[in-house]
Amino acid sequence: MNPAAFYPTATDYLRFLPELILTIGGVLLLVLEALTGDNKDKSSLGYLAIAVVLGAMFAVPVALANPGTSFNGMIVSDGFAAFFRMVTLLVGLFTLLCSTSYLSREKANTGEFYLLVLFSLAGQGIMAASNELIMVFLGLEIASISSYVLAGFLRDDKRGSEAALKYFLLGSFATAFLLYGISWIYGVTGATNLVAIRESLAAGTSGNSMAVAAAALMLIGLAFKVSAAPFQAWAPDVYQGAPAPVSGFLSAGPKAAAFAIFLRIFQTSFESFSSRYEPVLWILALATMLVGNFSALWQSNVKRMLAYSSIAHAGYVLVAVTTNSNVGTAAAMFYLAAYALMNFGAFAAVTHLAGRGESHVTIDDLKGLASKQPVVAGLLTVCLLSLTGVPLTAGFFGKFYIFKAAIDNHLYWLSALGLLNSAIAAYYYLRILAAMYMHEPKTTDHPEPVPGGIQLTMWFSAAGILTLGVFPGLVLDYANRFATFVK
Amino acid sequence: MTHLLPPEFFTATVPLNAYLILSAILFAIGACGFMFRKNIITIYMCIELMLNAVNLSFVTFSYQFGKVDGQIYSFFVMVVAAAEAAVGLAIILTIFRNRGTLQIDEIDTLKN
Amino acid sequence: MQLWLIPIFPLLGAALNGFTGRRTSQGIQSAIAVGSVLLSFLWVLNILLNSMPAPGAEIRESYFTWISSGNFSLSVDLVVDRLTAVMLLVVTGIGTLIHIYATSYMSHEGGFYRFFTYLNLFMFFMLVLVMSGNFLLLFVGWEGVGLCSYLLIGFYFLKKSASDAGKKAFIVNRIGDFGVLLAMLLLINTFGSLDFKTIADKVKTMPVELSAGILTAICLLLLLGAAGKSAQIPLYTWLPDAMEGPTPVSALIHAATMVTAGVYLCCRASALFEHAPIAQDTVAYIGLATAFFAATIGLVQNDIKKVYAYSTVSQLGFMFLAVGSGAYAAAIFHVVTHAFFKALLFLGSGSVIHALEGEQDMRHMGGLRGKLPITFFTLLMGALAIAGFPFFSGWYSKEAILSAAHAHSPWMFWVAALTAMMTAFYVFRTIWLTFFGEYKGHAHPHESPAAMWIPLAVLAVLSVVGGFLFNVPHFLEGVLPAHAHGHDMTLEIIGSSAGLLGIALSYLFYVASPGLADSFAESFSGLYNLVYNKYFVDEVYDAAVVHPLERTSRGFLWKFLDQNVIDEGMVHGASSGALGLGSLLRLLQGGVVRNYATWVVLGAVFIFSAFSLLGGAR
Repeated sequence: MNPAAFYPTATDYLRFLPELILTIGGVLLLVLEALTGDNKDKSSLGYLAIAVVLGAMFAVPVALANPGTSFNGMIVSDGFAAFFRMVTLLVGLFTLLCSTSYLSREKANTGEFYLLVLFSLAGQGIMAASNELIMVFLGLEIASISSYVLAGFLRDDKRGSEAALKYFLLGSFATAFLLYGISWIYGVTGATNLVAIRESLAAGTSGNSMAVAAAALMLIGLAFKVSAAPFQAWAPDVYQGAPAPVSGFLSAGPKAAAFAIFLRIFQTSFESFSSRYEPVLWILALATMLVGNFSALWQSNVKRMLAYSSIAHAGYVLVAVTTNSNVGTAAAMFYLAAYALMNFGAFAAVTHLAGRGESHVTIDDLKGLASKQPVVAGLLTVCLLSLTGVPLTAGFFGKFYIFKAAIDNHLYWLSALGLLNSAIAAYYYLRILAAMYMHEPKTTDHPEPVPGGIQLTMWFSAAGILTLGVFPGLVLDYANRFATFVK
Repeated sequence: MTHLLPPEFFTATVPLNAYLILSAILFAIGACGFMFRKNIITIYMCIELMLNAVNLSFVTFSYQFGKVDGQIYSFFVMVVAAAEAAVGLAIILTIFRNRGTLQIDEIDTLKN
Repeated sequence: MQLWLIPIFPLLGAALNGFTGRRTSQGIQSAIAVGSVLLSFLWVLNILLNSMPAPGAEIRESYFTWISSGNFSLSVDLVVDRLTAVMLLVVTGIGTLIHIYATSYMSHEGGFYRFFTYLNLFMFFMLVLVMSGNFLLLFVGWEGVGLCSYLLIGFYFLKKSASDAGKKAFIVNRIGDFGVLLAMLLLINTFGSLDFKTIADKVKTMPVELSAGILTAICLLLLLGAAGKSAQIPLYTWLPDAMEGPTPVSALIHAATMVTAGVYLCCRASALFEHAPIAQDTVAYIGLATAFFAATIGLVQNDIKKVYAYSTVSQLGFMFLAVGSGAYAAAIFHVVTHAFFKALLFLGSGSVIHALEGEQDMRHMGGLRGKLPITFFTLLMGALAIAGFPFFSGWYSKEAILSAAHAHSPWMFWVAALTAMMTAFYVFRTIWLTFFGEYKGHAHPHESPAAMWIPLAVLAVLSVVGGFLFNVPHFLEGVLPAHAHGHDMTLEIIGSSAGLLGIALSYLFYVASPGLADSFAESFSGLYNLVYNKYFVDEVYDAAVVHPLERTSRGFLWKFLDQNVIDEGMVHGASSGALGLGSLLRLLQGGVVRNYATWVVLGAVFIFSAFSLLGGAR
């Protein structure tokens, strides 16, 4: 190999800049954490982490301005990558904003939390930009290993450690499937680069039954990561047990990144198997929507209900994936962005309302919220309406585009069943709304003031939801432009 | 020693498929172990077994292609597995501290 | 023409009251709420007086491009054509009157400003609904009015029945909304547009063999949405429950405006329905069935608001019958006249309820004629109008519908005429029971304040002369598809006499029967006679007329459909019926990691087998 081509150029680094910033920032935080005393207030490290994320956000357009592959085709900087980098960074920013007050409330304010978020974000960024299966694996693992720790960050909390254990064991289990699929596809095609795999499959190796099995194995691993039925069982337990801001983070960030690689791998590499995986995805999408919505109906724990709702929403996105088209990809992108806003907004509210030790997380605890804390109730209402899919919210257009893409691709029954599902889903969001607005408060004690970070998050998500609800073009035009992959 | 075994034993090559079948068997054993074993540490070792099955197949393919990249990938997998081990064991430790048990079936407070 | 000002006034009103309501007095809140709607009304008048669109023409204002993806783009358009003009006048005109009424009616209730915030917000969405130039913006209004309706039905949320009723309305409407949403997606797929005008133009040039299937599907889905919003079989049951809301809400939302949105939608989509005869026939059948059965249920209710609620369902059925018979203009005509007299009936009943300190049961009323003279007189006008008394407003629109039904198929005319007779019967039953005979309650009835009776008076005038004054079908000529109907004198006479017969019969049953006549003669003293006669009348009426009907309509329809299928299957079904599936899912989620892993492996087996079974590489 030509040595000059082997060494990375400056452009290569620019295309990788967001992850570089996150990694360096994370390491820096690690050192600073060690240098500051044990009993000091570590919130300042949180602010530093926020600055790092903001820096990474500014680096995303820089990377986009230098489109192309870097590090010998391992990383690709395109609009699709930039979009998902931005979404995951936004989720990360929200997480950091909500967690400083949360951690001091739970008396666990150590710096590790922030740097774990940064590392996880770096992993998600790599996932979004990976053009090669080993990078997919590395990104996934960087993101996941940090998330395992985050889920069990409150070490003395029984629920938290159980969530971490389940997440860790099942996550590694699923990764093994994905990885085994990677090794087989490598064995069949001799390549791990997505484009090279596509070319090899097109050239005739697609008839190899091992290639088919490899695609199936990878589908299993990815379906697990996006919490598609029947691989969804981990999600409710993990989201319920993990600290509330972490649940919000997990349900929006890693899931978006997982969908990014899902879309990229299947549309770039495995197009020759589309007649095999499209029907499977059809069933997975429907099963995911059904399991998510029907399980959510009778949950009394808000975090668990939101977990099931997030499964249902993964089902809607899977409908878009099933279309296997550019319109569908664009719809999935828009939906994941909208979903990040509305779901995190809801989790931010839960973070605040749960109270110390997360002891107030049932629907009954939300009774009369509208009269006690009208602003929180109002902002949460916006998020819930968006999750329901009421017009003038981002969630409505998200669903609209997804099912429009599905109809365009002749998935009539899936669309009809999906829309019926979303009609049913209204019931459990309504339960929360009804508790907030149509009941008297259970207690008369004065509500605690909403911490600034959580307030900022909620206002931002509500504003984003309504803006996208009126001007969906702001995000959709971008998504449409970059929904195609280099082939 | 040499006279105890026929000479062909030392010259014949094991077909590549055999390695792949071994790797598949290892993977299956790992997956079954995950489902049927009850101790968390054992379950974790089953995951390691699955990852090693992956490594074996990577190395086999790498040898087949006469390229080194597959072998390098197996190092990546090892490094990641090591990192996972560190985190995983730490999590298992907190579980043991909080509950005093390593029986997986007793860790079931989070459910519907 | 600044069309956007029309909806924006109520929105501003809602925002003002919503944000400042905690600190301002009721007077200011009322002024904001009424003023904002009044401004809309005046602006509508200003626009229509200055530049009334010619038939088939429209005033269109395009504000910004909402969506553009690929070949499909849509802008936020407000449109005023003649159909919209009619709806605008009804919504803002009746809306203003009801707002005025509510300022007095609600003055002793908690949450005064909250009420008007919701009510103004409702006006905003309703105006968006009728002014929209495309299906998507219409859907925004459609969902918005549903949400406001939910909030207002559940306004007295401390009453469990009220919040349950709100929930029921919301869920049933979501089922309907699903239909509209899916219809919209199919429209985009078929026509590449959601614009009313574009679709209407394209559907004309569409070859029949291409259009029949898809248009039928689209129209049936639209019908599902319309049936949800306009309370038609099988989605009608939320409307009677919705009477848990304050009476002005019943009048505005659940009688005059929102519930007619389904009719409006069908008229907007008339170009589609014209090319989907199967769907159009379905509309007619559903409308007729709803009209008939709801009327039979109305015969036996004792809660005055429930009677009017079932009556609303029944009248909406008449409108659907008109749509299904291709007489769109007649349907809109009935929307208008119905808005007059039904708003009047509800507001009048509200005035009665107000006077009796919350009593709604007619068995505890009676003899209020002298104590509430204005209410009595206005309510009587409303009753005459809905009964189809010749030359009252309801007469004109009902005759138009009946003759359209006859043109469609004669048997429908006879059923509709029978329904018209029942309508007259139950409405006059409420009049007799409420205002005649002896007062049987314990409150001290008093006439309502001016803010309440002035709107009543205005509506009474409109109910009397509205049909004669506003010739809506003529006004809408060339706007909606029309089928020529000759004026058939015989039909008109039969239709009119059905109404008169209904009035006469109810008079016979409730007033003129011998015992009752005696008690009248003894100048309201024979309490015993009165009770006896009432008992007797109800017995005869039950055994001879109602019981067979009741067994089928109330027993089957109300009990079975309403209670079992809708309540259990759909509303609670969203929670309890789903528990069948739910408890299965509970099993899948027992908290044990190894079982989860088993599911992963089972899923893996499924994916493997599917991958190997499904067709080869492309």
